Amino acid sequence: MSTNTQNLTKADYAGKPSTLCKGCGHDSITNAIIQAYFELGVNPTQVIKLSGIGCSSKTPTYFMEKGHGFNSVHGRMPSVATGANVANYRLPTIGVSGDGDTGSIGLGQYMHAARRNVDMVYIIENNGTYGLTKGQFSATADLGSPAKRGTPNPFPCIDCCAVAIDAGATFVARSFSGDRKQLISLIKAAYSHRGLAVLDVVSPCVTFNNHEGSTKSYDWVKEHDIPLQELQYVPEKEEIEVEMKEGDVRTIELHDGSHLTLRKLGKEHDPSDRASALKLIHDGVDNKELVTGLLYYNPEMPDHNGILNLSPTPLVEFGEKDLDPGPEVIKKLNASMK
Amino acid sequence: MDKIVNDFSIRVATVNGTGSQSSNNILFKTLFRMGIGACGKNMFPSNIQGLPTWFQIRVSPEGYQALRENDDIAVLMNAQTAHEDIDSMRPGTTILYNSDIIKFEDKEIKDGMNVYALPVETLSRKISNPKLMRLLKNLFYVGAVAVLYGLDLEILEGVIRDTFKSKQKAIDANLEALHIGIDYAKENFEKKDPYWFEKANCSENKIVMEGNSAAALGALYGGCTVLAWYPITPSSSLAEALIAYAKKYRVDENGKMKFADVQAEDELASAGMVLGAGWAGARSMTTTSGPGISLMSEFIGLAYYAEIPSVFIDVQRVGPSTGLPTRTQQCDIMLCATASHGDTKHILLLPSNIQECVDLTAESFNLAERFQTPIFVVTDLDLGMNNWVADDLKYKAPKYDRGKVLTKEDLEKNSDWGRYLDKDGDGVCYRTLPGTNHPKAAYFTRGSGHDEYARYTESPHAYIRNVDRLNKKFQTARKAVPKPILRGENSAKLGIIAYGTTDHAMQETLDRLQDKNVKYLRLLSYPFGQEVHDFVKSCDRVVVVEQNRDAQMRQLLELDIRGQQDKLHSILYYGGFSISPDFIERELKEKFLN
Repeated sequence: MSTNTQNLTKADYAGKPSTLCKGCGHDSITNAIIQAYFELGVNPTQVIKLSGIGCSSKTPTYFMEKGHGFNSVHGRMPSVATGANVANYRLPTIGVSGDGDTGSIGLGQYMHAARRNVDMVYIIENNGTYGLTKGQFSATADLGSPAKRGTPNPFPCIDCCAVAIDAGATFVARSFSGDRKQLISLIKAAYSHRGLAVLDVVSPCVTFNNHEGSTKSYDWVKEHDIPLQELQYVPEKEEIEVEMKEGDVRTIELHDGSHLTLRKLGKEHDPSDRASALKLIHDGVDNKELVTGLLYYNPEMPDHNGILNLSPTPLVEFGEKDLDPGPEVIKKLNASMK
Repeated sequence: MDKIVNDFSIRVATVNGTGSQSSNNILFKTLFRMGIGACGKNMFPSNIQGLPTWFQIRVSPEGYQALRENDDIAVLMNAQTAHEDIDSMRPGTTILYNSDIIKFEDKEIKDGMNVYALPVETLSRKISNPKLMRLLKNLFYVGAVAVLYGLDLEILEGVIRDTFKSKQKAIDANLEALHIGIDYAKENFEKKDPYWFEKANCSENKIVMEGNSAAALGALYGGCTVLAWYPITPSSSLAEALIAYAKKYRVDENGKMKFADVQAEDELASAGMVLGAGWAGARSMTTTSGPGISLMSEFIGLAYYAEIPSVFIDVQRVGPSTGLPTRTQQCDIMLCATASHGDTKHILLLPSNIQECVDLTAESFNLAERFQTPIFVVTDLDLGMNNWVADDLKYKAPKYDRGKVLTKEDLEKNSDWGRYLDKDGDGVCYRTLPGTNHPKAAYFTRGSGHDEYARYTESPHAYIRNVDRLNKKFQTARKAVPKPILRGENSAKLGIIAYGTTDHAMQETLDRLQDKNVKYLRLLSYPFGQEVHDFVKSCDRVVVVEQNRDAQMRQLLELDIRGQQDKLHSILYYGGFSISPDFIERELKEKFLN
């Protein structure tokens, strides 16, 4: 059986068996996470995996069982992840959320995590519906997309990628649970990015939102998926070898020294251009296209712990002798309050 | 007329945002440095500029830190409230007022009132920097009070110098304004009332400090490394004080912070951050007031059920809803004791003075880690935001109790570890910290039903075992929380129970009732230990004195002390100012001591 740089097998990255519906897009994402972290050679005992509430938020039990997990409350995963990350930034942080958890109840926390540029991989398993409560529309359902019983959604969608870019996220990508190759490359790159890396992954709900006409169904997404780039993740110590076919190739250096190469497939897009990333997203909505790939990337902004100017020693490692200001401070304070 | 020395009360009525707070503090600090036993409290509006504000100073030979119900001297600088203010003053009291903006009718002046007219606006033309006129004219009444009641001028000027430190221009301008007031009073006022300040020795080994700063210091010494908060009166200054301490005392040799301060987007997020950090192994806290606890309640339930160490400081203000945001009450006792849905109950710590703000806040982190649960430090606006004269702070070398944490090495020896397995029979289980590099270290934290091994379950048996164990943990905590303090003879059959800031008025009341056979138990924590049960058992009647309408602590006692509920009575004050010894004494005499 093949092992990675940690001398671990893929089985070491597995979790409990999934209890989601057979064919759920979320299970494909779980498998992509397992594959990506296995190939990256991340020590799974060091990973922390957090979620909110909903079908998507159950998934951290299905991967990396050796990592500490935290299934928190609905829409509030970002704040828990923020707290854990300031306490111990050395632990690779992965948050899994859904479209209700992020786009409705948790929209505020999501935006503020983006604004703070919390160093984490933030995966939104986006199926446009509330699965666990049996099929209500979520805020990411497209305008006019019908519910299972045919009622069209009367409200415009909240686009989680556009929101993240506006709020200050520094790595924003969209993918499709059915595009395993693209998804794995993006997960690896998100892991290597220092700051908030959003992956909005359209992940069809086979039970409540996979019917004809739904813009979150397998058929619709396969037909309307417009991948921007062919992606290749190149780990730190490997040489970049891109098979140069026709088309432009861009190489992005990520914070841990690894690279992501992007070979243009269709539209011209510069991921460092914030305004054009937003235009691309909004045009996609208007033209009924699902534009996938790396939409926006900004390596310049420090992450939250950098902004807070935190010590290189994680806060959890400090004890009395590092933290006690001592008796002299009390003496000085007493003298200053006379 | 006999002199009344260092034993009277002054009320200063001003408009907020006019610099009156700085004048009031100068006056208060001068009294403190003269060694006079002074107590000062601010009654301020939820507003930045233009609304009425009062500062009350009470001096006493004993240095009591509670206000009387009535004042002897009123300094009336606010035309909006002057007529109501004078109406509340008794005959024979003294009125010093801004005669340029306030006109009293003859009938408003009661018998024997001594009235001093200070033409503040006219005098303000003498200030050489007209831009500062609005802020400086409050110094006039300080000057007038200095002349009328005998403030030590050298000390007063020293306080002004210290207040503005190296800003020489500000010092000069304030001194100029002070002397305009002094000169006017010397030339125009004839001393007619009996009140005098005289130097005393009540300030030896004492400091002046706000409870919020003291609680912040407790967090610093208690090893807090993560503060997540959202601004709310009256707790914001606690967060700000802690941040200021951290910037001084939590910086490594390269200028990096050993402390994270996250100003969250709301109280929900701040609670989530506290939990995330506590789960990861940092000592983390938030500070808020009642409305914040309401918003945090969902996370508080998660911390209780998933057993995550976390500290919540509630600086209480008047509810319900927005209530009176700048007034004080003890109205969040039930809220904090039971915050969140489902069967939940929490440990409360109840400081009543400056040293306890330090000590109990520091201790809250030990209890949080030892019991792996949210701990509430419940103070109030009176304690948090007023200047208290307190004993010099004492240093206690911190000893962090990290509770039951298994390391990688422990796990190697330990064959059967379950996150929620009660190995020791005390309801407190062993936890591992995220990142412990051992294949067995990880567990799944969740707010949904879980068994001893943190596995998801909806089994009624596993659920009952778990919540019963949580109850057992709470019972274990009864013996570990700070013990109540008894005053008086054990043989007394009338008992009084109080907590928090009510203690200051209570102590003074007991001094006045020395001939009565009463005993007093001051609570420092919840759940109640055996001492509280024994106290109630030993009394015929127990009066619970507190500052809320619904007798919240008494309700908690009633739940605890089965079969003896009939013994419990209440004295309640909930008007938003601090409870006074006059009120408690009157209530006790009318209802329980006749």
